[in-house]
This record gives sequence, C-alpha cells and structure tokens, in this order.
Amino acid sequence: MLEVKNVDAGYGSTVILQDISLHVEPGEVVTIVGANGAGKTTLLRTISGLVKPRTGAITFEGKDITKLEAHDTVDRGITLIPEGRQLFPDMTVRDNLLMGAYCRHARDYQDDTLHEVLELFPRLRERLDQHASSLSGGEQQMVAIARGMMARPKILMFDEPSLGLAPIIVSQVFEVIAQVAATGTTVLIVEQNVFHTLKAADRGYVLENGRMVLTDDADALLQNDHVRQAYLGI
Amino acid sequence: MDTFLQIVANGLMLGGLFAIVAVGLTLIFGIVKVINFAHGEFLMVGMYLTFLLSTGLDVHPYLTAAAVAPALFVLGALTQRLLIQPLMSARDEHVQIFATVGLSTALMNLALLVFGADIANTPAHGVRSQVMLGEVRILTGQLWVFGAAILLVIALQLFMKKTRTGRAIRATAQNRAAARLMGINDKFIYVLTFGLGAACVGLGSSLIAPLYPTSPTIGTYFVLIAFVCVVLGGLGSIPGAFFGALVIGLVDALSGFYIGSDLREAVVFTIFLLILILKPSGLFGTRMTQSHVSP
Repeated sequence: MLEVKNVDAGYGSTVILQDISLHVEPGEVVTIVGANGAGKTTLLRTISGLVKPRTGAITFEGKDITKLEAHDTVDRGITLIPEGRQLFPDMTVRDNLLMGAYCRHARDYQDDTLHEVLELFPRLRERLDQHASSLSGGEQQMVAIARGMMARPKILMFDEPSLGLAPIIVSQVFEVIAQVAATGTTVLIVEQNVFHTLKAADRGYVLENGRMVLTDDADALLQNDHVRQAYLGI
Repeated sequence: MDTFLQIVANGLMLGGLFAIVAVGLTLIFGIVKVINFAHGEFLMVGMYLTFLLSTGLDVHPYLTAAAVAPALFVLGALTQRLLIQPLMSARDEHVQIFATVGLSTALMNLALLVFGADIANTPAHGVRSQVMLGEVRILTGQLWVFGAAILLVIALQLFMKKTRTGRAIRATAQNRAAARLMGINDKFIYVLTFGLGAACVGLGSSLIAPLYPTSPTIGTYFVLIAFVCVVLGGLGSIPGAFFGALVIGLVDALSGFYIGSDLREAVVFTIFLLILILKPSGLFGTRMTQSHVSP
C-alpha cells in the first residue's frame, strides 16, 4: 500500500535520513521506534510531503507520490497527525474538526464523519464550541486524532501521540489507536514509548541515526536483545 | 452643540472612509503576514480605473465597482503570486515588505507617466449633494461609504467564520504547516487572500473616487492613516480596523477643529506612537503567533 524505497532526506545541508526503505500493507498497524533525534518525525514528514526526499521514491497504492506537496498527499488518503498536536489554537474544537474534513474526498461526508468521530470521543462533544487552546493536553491530543480521522484517511500516521501526556492519558490514546485500526484504517505510528507501541503494532522498524537497523514482527522485536537493551532497559 | 455634532458626524464619515481602505490592509497582514505598503497605490489604481470607466462609459462611478473590485483582485493575486511568493523562502521576511515598497513606488510613477501629475475628477453623479440628518449635514456619498464599510466588515466576518474557504484561510494563518496537513494549498490561500484584500480596497476606490480628486499620490495620504487604524484596532483584526478607523476619523475631525487643521496629522500620529508604546496589540489584537515562520 505504502512503499518507501531508498530515501535520503533532510533539511538544508543537514542529511537526516539515509537509505530508508519500508512498506506498509493495508490494514496493518506498523510502528517505527527509535530514540529522540533518530529521524522518525522527518520520515513521516517526508511521506506526507512536508519534506522532499533527495533520492529514492515513495509510492502509495502503486502510484508515485515522491514529489507531491503535502496538501496533495492528503487528497490521496495519507493523513499525518503531527507531533505536538498542532491544532488551530484560536478556532473552536468544531472548526478544528471540520478543517480535518477539508480534503476533497472527505468534504461530502463531513457531518457523518463528525458524528462517528464524536462517538469515539464523547468528551469532545461537550467541548465543541470552546477554543482549542483552552483544552487540556490530553483533550488536545484527542482533538488532533479526531481531526486526523475527519479526513477519512486510508492510512493514518501518528507522530509521537503520547508525547507530554500523563500515563493514564497515554493508555487512552493507545486504546483509541487500537479502535482506529479496528475500523480497517491502516496505521503507521512513530513513538519513543517503545513498549506500548510494540504491544499495539503488528510489525515494527527500528530507526537509529537516520538508518533502519532492524525490522520484524512486533512480538519478535519485543523479544529482541538489542531492542530490549537499548529501548526497554531490560 | 450643533457644531460639535457636525464635527462628530464628519469624523465618523471620515472614519468610514478610512475603514474601507484599512480592512483590506489588515486582512492581508493578518493572513499573509505581509505589510502591503502598496495598498495606497492599489487604491490609487482603483480610483483611476473608476475615473476612466465612469467617464468613458458615462456610468455612475459606483457601478464601476463591479469591474474595479475584480480588477484589483487580480492585481492583488498577481502581486502575491509573482512578487511575494518567490520571496517567501527568503531568510529575512523584511525582504517581502521592501518588495511592496518597491511596488508602491513603481505604481505611483507608472501613474505619473500615464496620467501626469494633474488631478482627475471623477463625475459625482449626485453623491456630493448634501442631506440633513437632524441638524447635521452629510454628503450622500459619505453615507454610502460608511454603509459599505459596515457591510464589508460583516460580509468578511461571515465569510471567514462560516465558509469552508474562510475557515481554511484562518487555519492557514494560525498554523501553516498543520493547514497543509489538512489538505489546504497554503500558496493558493495566500494568493486568494491578497486578492481579496486588494478587492476590498478596489470596492473602496469606486466609492471614494467621486468624493476626492484622483492623483498619482492620493494613496499615500490614505494608506498612512489606514496603517494607524489597523494598528489601533489590532493588526489582523477586521472589526478592529473598522473601529480603529472610526476613532481615528473622530480624532482627525475633532483635533482639526479644536486644535488646528494643520495639526490634525500630528495628533493622529502622536496617538499612533502612544498605541505602539502603551498597547501594541491594539484594541482587538490577539497575541501574535510565529506559525508563519515554520516550514
């Protein structure tokens, strides 16, 4: 479904990603784990078109999307829930969610999707008319996820969804991700919270210093010595 | 008392006029984050177009707005697409501002070349006739400008809050990177917004032309005052620009009468300096975010 082939990418003269390859199949939950600064965020930004690869190719559903702008990849069905939530602070929760349904294929269903999404996040129903900036961190993360779902994506990418959240909220976020996956949406998660993520995923990749060093089924990675030592502290 | 009421009325009418120029300026600043120093020259271009169309076709100058506003939309959109956008990746954002200063000078000199330094009088078609509102005399044209300014502010607010495109414009201003992730083409939004801001002043120019003689430098006077209104109202706030304009109109009229007409601008710009020192966010200002600098 999504295939990244030998991609190099970076900002300015700084190279972040080197020779990255990965693939995600329909319905899978795939995770990319790695330390802070390994290039995880850059990888998601490259897939979504915010960063242009220098070499290599990215294909989605068999079509080349390497050179597409970010707003075009959304129209193809690729949605990124960015790190740090990135809500529209002076817009209401409702308007934030409606912006999620801006892309062409989601527009006509926006009312239905809003209804479905609010079923999943009943707390947000009470907050619809509040400014996004007035919400707590956990609620803002829920808005960010709900806004991503409003695009009715084929693949939903999460960048550090648990960052800066209290442990109990982190568990809620992973429950929601499991629910998203259960609806048949393909999920790609990038996380520092390695244990939680590998528990939730089917397969995983380990990214270190901008290179893929390891890939396997999530269960196997949880048992892998290198992963256990470097990321789980066991 | 009658004199005072008359001066207040004059001030409010002047405020309406400033408002219709200031609204487009604050729209462009609030969304594209570029201070358009060529805004006054957009007004000047619009006034010459109004003059040419209304004399050439012998129609009421207000009717020409149907052509002048779209023409200014195109001028604004092209300015963003051909001048500002290529400079958006420049390291120093001030480059864009200097570019609009250059455009301002270029348009002014182009007008001098085409029309000469003489003034052009757009036919009034009755809008310079007076009406009495109680004890107060007002030009019908001033009332139209005032009404149009109110309608423009309301229409823009509704557009920004209630339509999908309006929401996309606000979203782009608040967080450009996130807006792109929603599928919003940010470059298109900037072109559209610059065009809209210019179209607002285009509408204004067709209303102002029958009241003021048109000259290549007419824009300079209006745009300096419009800047003060925009800053007073809070940079980027559309209702703010409107109420700021009313305040400045009143200050202009009252100080012109009670202090001396030579000192009107001194008073207005003293207020401008005081706002900058005491309350730089203005009456309706919100905190400024730096979202526009993210990639």
